[in-house]
Amino acid sequence: MELGFLFGSIIKISGILAYLYGLLRLMGHPNKWVKIASIVVAFAIIQAALSIQIGSFVVFNDFDRGLLFQACAMTMVVMGLNLIYGFNGQFSLGQWGFYGLGAYAAADVTYRWVNGDTRGLVVLGVGVILGGLVIWGIGSWLRRYRRMPVLSAFTLYFVGTLIAAFLAVQAGRLLNPFISAGLGTDTAPGPLNTPFVQQIIFFLAVIFAGVFAAEVSFLFGLPVLSLGSDYFGIATLGFAIVVNVLMVNSDTILPFPEMKGGRGMIGVPQLTTWFTAFLFMILIIIIMRNLIYSSTGRAIISVREDETAAKAMGINVANYKLMAFVIGSFFAGIGGAIYAHYIGFLSPGTFTFLVGFNPLIIVVFGGLGSMSGSIVASFGWIFFLEGLLRVALGQLGTEAPQWRYVLYPVTLLLLMLIRPQGLLGTTEWGFLRAPEVKVREQVEAAPATVTPSAGD
Amino acid sequence: MAEGNNHKAPILEIRALCKQFGGLRAVNNFDLSISNGELVGLIGPNGAGKTTVFNMVTGLYEPTSGQVLFQGEDITGLEPYEITTLGIGRTFQNIRLFPNLSVLDNVRIAYHPHAGYSLVDGLLRNGQFTGRERELTEQAQDFLAIFHLEKIQNELAKNLPYGEQRRVEIARALATSPRLLLLDEPAAGMNPGEIVQLMELIHFIRDRFNLTILLIEHQMRVVMGICEWITVMDFGEVIARGSPKEISENQRVIEAYLGKGAANVA
Repeated sequence: MELGFLFGSIIKISGILAYLYGLLRLMGHPNKWVKIASIVVAFAIIQAALSIQIGSFVVFNDFDRGLLFQACAMTMVVMGLNLIYGFNGQFSLGQWGFYGLGAYAAADVTYRWVNGDTRGLVVLGVGVILGGLVIWGIGSWLRRYRRMPVLSAFTLYFVGTLIAAFLAVQAGRLLNPFISAGLGTDTAPGPLNTPFVQQIIFFLAVIFAGVFAAEVSFLFGLPVLSLGSDYFGIATLGFAIVVNVLMVNSDTILPFPEMKGGRGMIGVPQLTTWFTAFLFMILIIIIMRNLIYSSTGRAIISVREDETAAKAMGINVANYKLMAFVIGSFFAGIGGAIYAHYIGFLSPGTFTFLVGFNPLIIVVFGGLGSMSGSIVASFGWIFFLEGLLRVALGQLGTEAPQWRYVLYPVTLLLLMLIRPQGLLGTTEWGFLRAPEVKVREQVEAAPATVTPSAGD
Repeated sequence: MAEGNNHKAPILEIRALCKQFGGLRAVNNFDLSISNGELVGLIGPNGAGKTTVFNMVTGLYEPTSGQVLFQGEDITGLEPYEITTLGIGRTFQNIRLFPNLSVLDNVRIAYHPHAGYSLVDGLLRNGQFTGRERELTEQAQDFLAIFHLEKIQNELAKNLPYGEQRRVEIARALATSPRLLLLDEPAAGMNPGEIVQLMELIHFIRDRFNLTILLIEHQMRVVMGICEWITVMDFGEVIARGSPKEISENQRVIEAYLGKGAANVA
């Protein structure tokens, strides 16, 4: 390997890490306008780096650009897993399944749209909205019945969402002829198929894909979260495998010929821009931080710390496990949608459970319960291992990429030996740091005899 | 404490409570009635079923049979979080703090059921969130100040010495704003000096927060010193009830609990 390339890569990785650190620091500024300005500037810096080209020199070549988007998508997935595993303490191996669900769901929407079929958007959109309403409705109705067995509740939710899905399919069938008239054909795109409209459709598809993953995780998590943590891990692993098998057979046992089963879905429009990737990543970071430092977040963390004590503090443990799981899967779904529209090609091979260990490794690598750690580890992992090593090891011949699977575990082993709490432990940077609470002046206190110094 | 006709109304009434673990009857026909404002002790040798009674009252275990009434309402079989919200706070025999959270957060978690803002308010950080969050932080700090813990509010709970952990746990239980406080062996592992402080603390919180307290204790010194009524259990059954003086003279208690020849213990 050329030394120049190696050097350049190291510069890039340290540049990215410095960038992330600076962004988080500036976002932590007390002034609202500084915060907003820092986000805009951070966006502009990378946007400029992506578009500036002087002669043959580019800051980010196509390969780096791909890594950047992949790192953004990975950050979202890992943030979600950190919420589930790092903050809520539920060992989940299913995150990759929700990532895949989000990727395929969003890809199907935009793929169909650019090919003159609006059913993808209508069915998914109506489906997730109706499904959400059904879940909310049944949830508030069930709250009046104490001690409803969890499987009965699950059956109700399941039947409800099935009805919602059926209605969504009917809605898609009814509305398709009216909307698709505006889409035009491949040769003569209609007014609804301009790049701008496609971006809007993509935007909707990303959000719907996230909500879709969240709703599926609700239905799956409801019965499964009542298991203990280890059993929960195995059940989620099963979920990831089921999702993968469905992907492989999406054109045979599922009615989605455009997904082409095991051959992979080609022709997904490459609509991901730095703007969407950055926007959703920042949104997820903000949502995570606001969630963790609210009363709800403290309740979620208390479940990890001690379930019995959390119950004694008046916290509905089952509820908060489910909430963390659903929000985490929502992030994974969004990450999947961003990934699908950057890569343009979805293969079930990307979503096998073996690859699904990556987010888990990254979250442990960055530090369980550290949001900054998740971000840093996602970027570092993608750029270092996916980028640098793929090229460096490429010199070793065609089997070289397999060496990554030796290198990953060894890296992880070393980290666990040297720094078991992860790269950042529980350290947070700037914006993600817990708001400081000053010691207050004493208002009233127990009699002096109760003080630690008193007595005998 | 409470005046008028409320005075004799029991705040907690346990009727014929039983708990069966497989072939073992851990608690058998347990009855207990506690009036408002009383300080009641539940004692007995190891394995007598005291903590099982606590766990059934707080909903961690479901009773095999029997009834628990709190302020006249049947709370048997409710979820633990519902029982806490109704007004029963508790501490644990082996301290159960949230070890990796700060002392302040430990107490703030107890406010969660009364946080007064929703998930969405928290995500948007709107006025409702900031206002309520400041209020409950101040309330939590007041609690810490009462227990002289305000200086260490940002320490992780796991780094505190034992005695302070106990105080944090009591502060946290009080922050759930209970009417009835269950203390499970609060003096476990304390030296005589700390026990004196603890006894004063228990008296203080009862008067300050207008509480009813039921405590499990091993140390006869604590029980005899502060409890107004004592119930003695052995092998899951009540073997004696009465004032500390009556209990200390009860032959059956001395034999079952203290062993023969230990009559001079109190």
